[in-house]
Parts: sequence; structure tokens; C-alpha cells
Amino acid sequence: MGIKPIAGEESIRVPFLMKMEFEYAVGVYATHFFQELKDHGRLTGVRCPGCRRVYIPPRPVCGICFEPMTEWVPLSDEGVLVGATVIRLPFVDPMTGKQRPVPYGMGIIRLDGAATGIFHFVDETDETKVRVGRRVKANIRTERQGNLQDIINFRLMDGPHE
Amino acid sequence: MSLGVAIVGAVQTRYETNKVHLAVNELVYEVVAELLRQTGVKMADIYSQVTASQDWFDGKTISSMSVSEVVGGYLKSESKTAADGIQAMFYGAARIASGSFEYTLVAAHCKESEGQRTAVTSTMFDPFCQRQLGLHDHIASALQARRYMEVSGVTEEDLAEISRRRHKDAMKNGKSLRKGGFTLRQILDSPVVAGPLREMTVGPSCDGACAILLASPKQAKAFGDRAVEIAGIGNAADAYWTERELGRSVALEHAAGRAYRMAKIEDPRSEFQVAEISARCAYEEPLYAEALGLASAGKGRKWVETSGNGQGPRINPSGGAITGNPTTVSGLTRVVEAWLQLTGSAGAHQVADARTALVHGVDGICGQAQSVAVLRRGLGER
Amino acid sequence: MSQKVAIVATGQTKHTSKRKDVNVRELINEAVSRCLADADLRMDQVDAVLIGNMEPFEGFMFPELWSIEGWGGYLKPSVKINTGGTVGAATTAAAYYYVASGIYDTVLTVGFEKQSDGNSQAAMTAIGEPMWERSVMAGAIGNWSMMASTYIAESGATMEQAAKIAVKARHNGARNPFAHLHMPDLTVDDVMKSDLLAWPVRRLDMCPTSDGAVSMLLCGESVAKRRSSRLAWIRATATAHEQQYMGDSPKRLAVMRAQIAASQRVYKMAGIKNPLKELDVAEIYEPATWAELAMYENLGFCERGQGGKLIDAGVTTMEGELPVNPSGGVLCTNPIGATAMIRVAEAALQVMGKAGAHQVSNVRTALVCSYGGNAWSDAFILSDSPS
Repeated sequence: MGIKPIAGEESIRVPFLMKMEFEYAVGVYATHFFQELKDHGRLTGVRCPGCRRVYIPPRPVCGICFEPMTEWVPLSDEGVLVGATVIRLPFVDPMTGKQRPVPYGMGIIRLDGAATGIFHFVDETDETKVRVGRRVKANIRTERQGNLQDIINFRLMDGPHE
Repeated sequence: MSLGVAIVGAVQTRYETNKVHLAVNELVYEVVAELLRQTGVKMADIYSQVTASQDWFDGKTISSMSVSEVVGGYLKSESKTAADGIQAMFYGAARIASGSFEYTLVAAHCKESEGQRTAVTSTMFDPFCQRQLGLHDHIASALQARRYMEVSGVTEEDLAEISRRRHKDAMKNGKSLRKGGFTLRQILDSPVVAGPLREMTVGPSCDGACAILLASPKQAKAFGDRAVEIAGIGNAADAYWTERELGRSVALEHAAGRAYRMAKIEDPRSEFQVAEISARCAYEEPLYAEALGLASAGKGRKWVETSGNGQGPRINPSGGAITGNPTTVSGLTRVVEAWLQLTGSAGAHQVADARTALVHGVDGICGQAQSVAVLRRGLGER
Repeated sequence: MSQKVAIVATGQTKHTSKRKDVNVRELINEAVSRCLADADLRMDQVDAVLIGNMEPFEGFMFPELWSIEGWGGYLKPSVKINTGGTVGAATTAAAYYYVASGIYDTVLTVGFEKQSDGNSQAAMTAIGEPMWERSVMAGAIGNWSMMASTYIAESGATMEQAAKIAVKARHNGARNPFAHLHMPDLTVDDVMKSDLLAWPVRRLDMCPTSDGAVSMLLCGESVAKRRSSRLAWIRATATAHEQQYMGDSPKRLAVMRAQIAASQRVYKMAGIKNPLKELDVAEIYEPATWAELAMYENLGFCERGQGGKLIDAGVTTMEGELPVNPSGGVLCTNPIGATAMIRVAEAALQVMGKAGAHQVSNVRTALVCSYGGNAWSDAFILSDSPS
């Protein structure tokens, strides 16, 4: 069963380009985080009064304890890669509608003092160097806007691992 | 059959044009935290959550990821209906009625301010022949309004009168967005959105969230007269908007029929004291009133007059969606409002001796999908 | 009121990369028609329909409302579920609860995705939180590569072990008429020579993107028994979700918190103490080869760090003690809105003895496990008996 094409007729496809503009409210917690980053070049997290985990990105409640969090804690600008890769496959960036330039290093970075990791670029495209366990340091801009791009990327700290 | 599920708590945010200070997770956390405070139930005792959101409005694929943590979803059974929040309530109730859970927390959110409403709603339209016309939901609603006015005789003055009443009622509702003692003249002179819809006869774009707590009969007992029974549910979806008669909501007739049968409602006009109907546009009130059996078929015009004279249930004492309730949240707002009425906690807009309430939600272009529930004060006979 | 629930029938499309010949409504209708035929049921005998997909992939809000005649939703009770990659399983779970509650006795479930209509990687990347993740994230492949890197660091699993998973999947898929990829001659060498997309993930380590649909019929006990003698009873179901951001789970793939929670819950509900011994087959959601290795550990088939050993020993092949993904899995077929439901349908086919050329012998108990969102999970135990 199924719907069969009528003999000889080639299927038509209708192209449709959509531009969807959004303006996302980052909220109280992200506003404070990015204000700190912009004004002082400092990274911060929030601490759960129950389990004492420090969260970045910051958020209103610890999902594990379900306790509201209001204690802000400074975080180091250094940490460790807990996930690491180099992106080689090109793809369309939904933020620009264009191909994002590849290759680029990417990682999940757990800053010293934090229980969670953040996504960011890693300043290296050699897969043998961008590895889990490598220590990294945030490369923070001197002129900042108050967004994630105030951190340009993370730089590998030690020499080659292997 | 009896569902045996009760609503034991209900919270809504104030509706605002732009809650720019709150991210989506913070918005929902506000209502969840308030709900837990209101009910005294701990998140540790809640194992089931159903959320409602729309990826296109949120500008985020898998929009529920933004709220999963703040509704207590960590390692728990959270799921999401991509539909009006009232459907999330139905699913949450089914989870309890199945015997699998004692509680379900239901939450709906939408920040219409973050996207462009016209672009977002344009994605509902047929991509082969309709989207290219620049259609968005208010344009389709305008066409439906014209059709309904033609078949029912409802006039622009009638629509303005509905709007006048609702914005006046909303002055007694601290959560409402748009309110005031507007005159018919002011309403009729408000800018045209798409004829015959005017700014004042269409609900404004806005942000908001609701959360309710559902409980099993066993848990609901402890809540006494703060437990409201879900006596009946029903829903149905019609054909796509250009493939059906827009002047009559057949899907709503079916949805209401199902809910009334389950709740043993025989005469909606006399058995409900309150009806919270999701009518974002003024013309939807009489259109839906006919399908709900509150007005006789084809007699929507007469009903506009009689429903304002105290005949039949009080319609949208909250002010209703025309005063500003976002898509996806609106149906759950109706539930929250009905719970407030049935528990005697509606404050300045309380309807006296409210015992049974009708609540209603819609989805899709020109209300393609319709959902109805019957809520009753207290825990019914089992 | 609580009644037992069984899967009575299934229907799928032949999954493929681009269905240029059908629109969304027609694609869904193929699967639904096949399911009704399998059940020997008419649409008017269905009480309600639960339907799921990930709308951003079609560039459409409410594609199911536009497609309504295709899945029989006209004037029926229905609702659309969307939980991302887990949606097929979440939709099945919703149907289960609706039937178990007695609100409905006969429910049709539908999972669909016409990925070729939209831009998959862009829609995937939009999963990222706009302020924190989206500018860095690189679609599904970026996420899987990062997760795999953590898993490798924890377990020491090798590229070769991952490649064996790819080979197992594609060989199994070749015996499944509905699977998208049929690669009966794929070798470990082929996989290890394929393009590196993002270390350690190679092209042949990843699932395809597919257009496809699947449909199942779930019935309450008395209706199910009247309809068929070959049933797949849903003995247990559990769902577990995660915290908000993708970096929140410390060892994301290596220790899948939600999958561990969901699977432990269904094992307990079904009285299963030793999954490797007591399960006859498993259909799990593995978008990448590395995922499957990690899932062996998270599902309790082996100790931590031993996932690679299981495939080395052939335990999870068709001839092994616990065949995993006899259908070819996600590595062969991935219309995302359908994929998790395909896992359920395939496990049901195994329990019902209707899996044809990819049937595992003597299946009484099956595990289904889905993946999606922020490493969320739904799990089911299907069985040939209600209790």
C-alpha cells in the first residue's frame, strides 16, 4: 500500500526560506553572571545550600535537591576538559543561516570550583592535543559586551599529553 | 467513568507584555515554587510532571529542556505535550488515573515577546500554497470572524460589547494584563488588525506561565475544600482551517460532548456557574458558546445579550484571554481561574457559590483543536 | 481504575534518506494504514491517537494538525507529544497511561519525521540554549563526539570496538526490510577509514538522517486479547530526565544518570535482577556507536568500563546471549520523531514473533530504551505475558 506517483510525473519540492528573529531574555541569573564578566572579567557560579554544588550556568534552583540558590561564588578562570573534540563536518549555523567555519576545537570545561561544565571553543585543532583531562584557561577579552563571546575561547595549559 | 483525579493547587503569573527580566526557566520556577508553598507538598514527593510549551514560540528545539529541571524533572518522569496547557492537564490526570503516580505537576509557559508572533504563527500554515501569502493566525481568525458573523448575525458592536465587558471584569483580576473601563466607541475605534478584528477585540501578545498540582483521590482527601475534581475531559481536532466550515466549531461540539458525558452534565446552561472559555478574539466567545451548548445553535447573537444579563453561567469572570493570556498557557489559565472560583479564592472577581465550572482550551489555526473539562468543587462520589 | 496494556499491531514505512514522493500527511498515512491492516482494524474503531515528532525538523508548527486526515485524527481525541529524540517513547508512554487508566481502550500511536523537508543540523543546533550553548554547539555530531571523548577517557574503549558496533548494526539492518541503511558487507576497516567528522566520531560511526514514520496500536487487556493471540505486553515503563544544561551531567555518556535511573526502575517493576541473563533482546537508542558501548554499562549489561568487551565477545550480536538492536537500530535508521517508537515497535515484533528475517529466537522479554534531549531516557519492559 502507499501512494504511487502518477506515471512520468516528477515530484515537486517547494523551497521556503524562513527568517525567524528572536530576542531571548537571559534572566536574572544570567544577567548577573554576564554583568560580572563584563564589568570585572570574573566568572561566577551559584551554590546549592543543600548539596553545596556550585553551578555554572547559574540558575534559580538545584534540580537535585530542589533548593533555591542565591549564594554567588567566584570561579577560577582555569579548569579541565571533561569533553573534547575538533569539529570537522561543516554545518549551517542557525544563528547566522550560514555555514559555521570549520575546523574548530570544542570542549566541555569544568572550571575549578564548579560541579558542572560549560561548552566553549578550545584554541587548538589538533585532535591529539584536544583531550579529556587537559587543563585549560579562559581567554577573556579586554573589551567586553556581557555575553559568552567575552570569553574568546579556552587555551590548553600544559604541553602535549602523550 | 470517574477519573478520580483532583486539582489541589493552582498558580499563575501576572500576565505582562514582556517579562524581560526573567528567562523561561526562572518564569516557570516562580510558579512551581509558589505552587509548592501553596500546597505544602514537597518536590521530593512528586514523581510525575507534564509540561506544555511550543518550540517555535520559544525559539528553541526541545523547548521543554529549558524547564525540565525547574519543574523537578531530574531523574523523574517529565513529559511534554506540544499543545495548549489544558491537554497537559489531561495527560497528567491520565498518569494518576492509571495508578502509576500519586501526584502530577503540570506547568505551561510561553513568552510571546521573545519571537515575532506573526513569523512564528505563520509556520502553522500550509507550506505549498498558503505560507507564501504571508498568512499568520490573526489573518485566519479575521476570515473566521467574517464567516461566523455572516452565519450568526453577530455584529462588530456585539464584539465590542464582549470586549468592553471582559476588560471591565479584568479590573478585578490582579493578574490581568489589559484592563479598563473602555467604551464601545474606544473599542470600535481601535486600530484594525485584520478586518473585522481590531486591537481591542483581539488579545494582546504577552508572557506568562501557570502551574497546577494534580493528586490521586487518596492524596486529595487531605486538601479538603481545596481539592477540585476533574469530573470530565474531552477533546477533538477538526479538519485544517481551509477544509471546514469556519462558522461552526464541530470539533468543540465533539469535545464538549465527551466531557459532559463523562461528567454527567445534561444541561450546561443551568449546571455551570462559571465558564472560562479560551476566546482570544471576541468573536470566539459566541462561536464557542454555541458549540458548548451554552447558546443554541445559530443563536450566538442572542447569547451575547443574555449571557451578559446573568442568564447561564458567568462567562470569563477573569476577563479571559482577550485581556492577555499567551498561546499554550491560555487553557491552563482557564483551569487556574476555575480552581480559584471553585475553592472560593478568586478574591475580587469571585463568583458566588461556584460549584461546577467549564474550562476550555484551543490549538491551531482558527481553533482547529478543541479541549474541554468539567471541574467540580470537592471530591465527588466514587 | 487500572488495566494492563499490550501492543497489538505495528506499521512502519521503509525508511530512507529523502521521500520526495510524499508530503508529511502521506508519509504518516503509510505507517498508519499498515498498522491498521496489521491489526485488522478500521480507523473508526480507534478511541484516540497520540502523535509525536520534532516540529523544527519540518519547519512547521503543528504539522500534525495540517496532516490530520493522514493519521485518523479527524474529530477524535488526540494530543501531540514532543520531547525531542525520546518523543517516540514518550508518546508510547503517554498512550500506555491513557489506556492503563481506562480513559481509552484502543489507542493508535504515531511517530514521524520528514527530516529532508528541513535542515537537520541547524534544527539540532537550536537545541542549545541561546546564551550558553548555541554559538559553540555543532549539531548532534558535535555533542556525540564530546560525549564519546568522555566515555573513552573513562573506559579505554577503542575505535575498533566502536567500529564493531557499526558493523553489527548495519549487518542486522540488512535483514530488516524497513531499515534505511542496508550494508551487509560493511567491515570494521571500512568504518575506521571513513571521514573523521569530529574526533572520535567517524562518518560510519554515526546514524543517518531519515524520512520515516511508525505507528502502533495499544489496547487494554480485554480488547487486546480479543484482537490477537500474539501480543507484546507493556510490563513496565519509566522515564527519567536531567538537569537543564548539557554540561551538567559530570560524565555525560560514561555515566548516563537518567538512563541508569529509568532502566533500574523498569527492572525493579518487572522483577529483573540480572538483565543480561533475563532479557532476551534489547532495542536501544544509539545515535552513535560509542553510545551503544556506554549504554551496555548504563543499562547494567556489564560492569563499568566493560562495554567494549561485550562486543568483542559477540555477546550482543544476533547469535549472542543478548542480541541488541536486531533491527539495525538508530545506526541504520533515524527519522528522529519516529526513532524511539521504532525501538518499541521492533521490540514488540520480537516478542510477538513477527520480526521475520531479523527475528531472535525464543523472545519472551524485551528491553526498550530511548535517548534524547539532554541525555534523557525512557525505558520499557515488553513481555509475552501480562504479568
